[in-house]
Amino acid sequence: MTSSILSVPQARLEVLLADYQREVGRRRRQSLLVLAILAILIAIAGRFGEVDVNYLFQHISNFTSYFGRILPKLGVAHFDADVADWYWNFTGWLKLLLDTVLIAYLGTLIGASGAFTIAFFAAANLAPSNVLRWSIKRIFEFCRTVPDLVFALMFVSAFGLGPLAGILAIAIHTFGTLGKLFTEAIENIDMKPVEGVRSTGSRFIEMVRFGALPQVVSSFASYTLLRFEINVRSGSVVGMVGAGGIGQDLFVAIRKFYYTDVSAILLMIIVSVAVIDLVTERIRHRLSGQDTGR
Amino acid sequence: MSARRMTLLDDPNTVLDRHRDLFNDSPLRRASALAAPLGIAGVAIFAMWWLAIPFDQIGPGLASLAKFIALMFPPSAGGHLHLLLKAMGETLAIAFLGTLIATVFAFPISFLAAKNTSPHPLVRFAIRRGLDTIRGVDALIWALVFVGVVGLGPFAGVLAIAVSDTGALGKLFSEAIESTEERARESILASGGTGLLAVRFGLLPQVLPIIAGQILYYFESNVRSATIIGIVGAGGIGLQLSEQIRTYDFDQVAFAVIMILITVAIIDWISSKLRFAIIGRRAVV
Repeated sequence: MTSSILSVPQARLEVLLADYQREVGRRRRQSLLVLAILAILIAIAGRFGEVDVNYLFQHISNFTSYFGRILPKLGVAHFDADVADWYWNFTGWLKLLLDTVLIAYLGTLIGASGAFTIAFFAAANLAPSNVLRWSIKRIFEFCRTVPDLVFALMFVSAFGLGPLAGILAIAIHTFGTLGKLFTEAIENIDMKPVEGVRSTGSRFIEMVRFGALPQVVSSFASYTLLRFEINVRSGSVVGMVGAGGIGQDLFVAIRKFYYTDVSAILLMIIVSVAVIDLVTERIRHRLSGQDTGR
Repeated sequence: MSARRMTLLDDPNTVLDRHRDLFNDSPLRRASALAAPLGIAGVAIFAMWWLAIPFDQIGPGLASLAKFIALMFPPSAGGHLHLLLKAMGETLAIAFLGTLIATVFAFPISFLAAKNTSPHPLVRFAIRRGLDTIRGVDALIWALVFVGVVGLGPFAGVLAIAVSDTGALGKLFSEAIESTEERARESILASGGTGLLAVRFGLLPQVLPIIAGQILYYFESNVRSATIIGIVGAGGIGLQLSEQIRTYDFDQVAFAVIMILITVAIIDWISSKLRFAIIGRRAVV
């Protein structure tokens, strides 16, 4: 039995082996080519990026010592006093953090509502008109490609300093990203329910409501929650240009070298993002659980 | 069969009777369906009150926004075309190098963070939390920190993107590793291969296409984020853009934005072609 497995004729074996060698050689050449292209790109990018590895290694101690400096000095002897000293402005920062979360919330809500209304006109399988579909897709693209900070800067100039500029900037960016995701979700639905509703002579709006919406609503909700979490993070950044929230304080702390303030604020942001992450993940799992149960 | 169909057509009420429970929801369930929208609206109203949104500013704000947009036409480089092109090149270089460095660091780390390849649950836990922390800090904040370390310029941007993406890619890679089929690895171990060989021939072929897709995706998104990193002085087109907005040179803003849009569109196109070549038409990861 074993001999019958091994007995491939020598001639055949050589052909197979040659094939194998050729195939391996081809793949090796291919990977070498990719590596060469990569190396050239690295060289070009290194010149443009003014990468100076020597400089980095000489100054890397700045980086590590930076973390040493931003860490608070907490002693065991009077621990609570030290913590109180570290978080000297705890209630103030907490309020600003709530500002940031609420800015993200309103921005997400506005952006998601807009995307929700428009996405059905942009999906290839439902769109009533191709021209409309094409233009909506370009608008989505514009809104998500122009960085939210650029919008925030413009809105700060237009609406003045404060949360309004941040909310609008986040809303526009969310509109662009969620618009794309929603459209893709709609394009992936099962068309049979839609056809069923259409066959009863219903209008576009009924087709969407009873044919398409039940299939996508849970993934819409889950995308929106994910976006909310991302927006809390970027909400802390748009504050840097004066668009409300905790970003302003963080920016000032970093720029003016209030070291322990930096770590205090960062820790608060990280913790709140992690908490939101956990909560939204739980909700998302429940939503997708419903999905499979349906 | 036909008899049943007849009765259905003759008497719609029989159909209705059979699915009565679909139409007669209990009042409690109807109320609970309303709870989510009401809750969302309630929080929104609280948010508007808490943030003291100045609704009277919206009108004049929109008016000045319209003025800005009117000033954008026609877009012009304002004689700085050379400078803008160089800045755009810098932006691309930052995104490319940042993604590359992040990949180099995230790849080995992700094996320690994945459930099936981690040496110890404690190591996994520590690395996961570390990656979460890095991810929790926005790239722009990292840029601010690195401007302090290596000075103003694109190098700070490269490092900022590299660090913040190490967190994101590390998490994604480790999830890709966790979702692999165990059998390939087991069969190599069973035929006497070492753990390293099992990873190389049993695991890597499964994750490589997914990882490559994710890297390309992050490169795309990094081109976008590298456009703003210049606002804090970390190189790229963001510096010009923020200066132009502050000095109200909106025709130049429009020009720079159009440049960004075109560049991003080209990069997206190239990388989606590459992605499809690597992972096939099946999914956009």
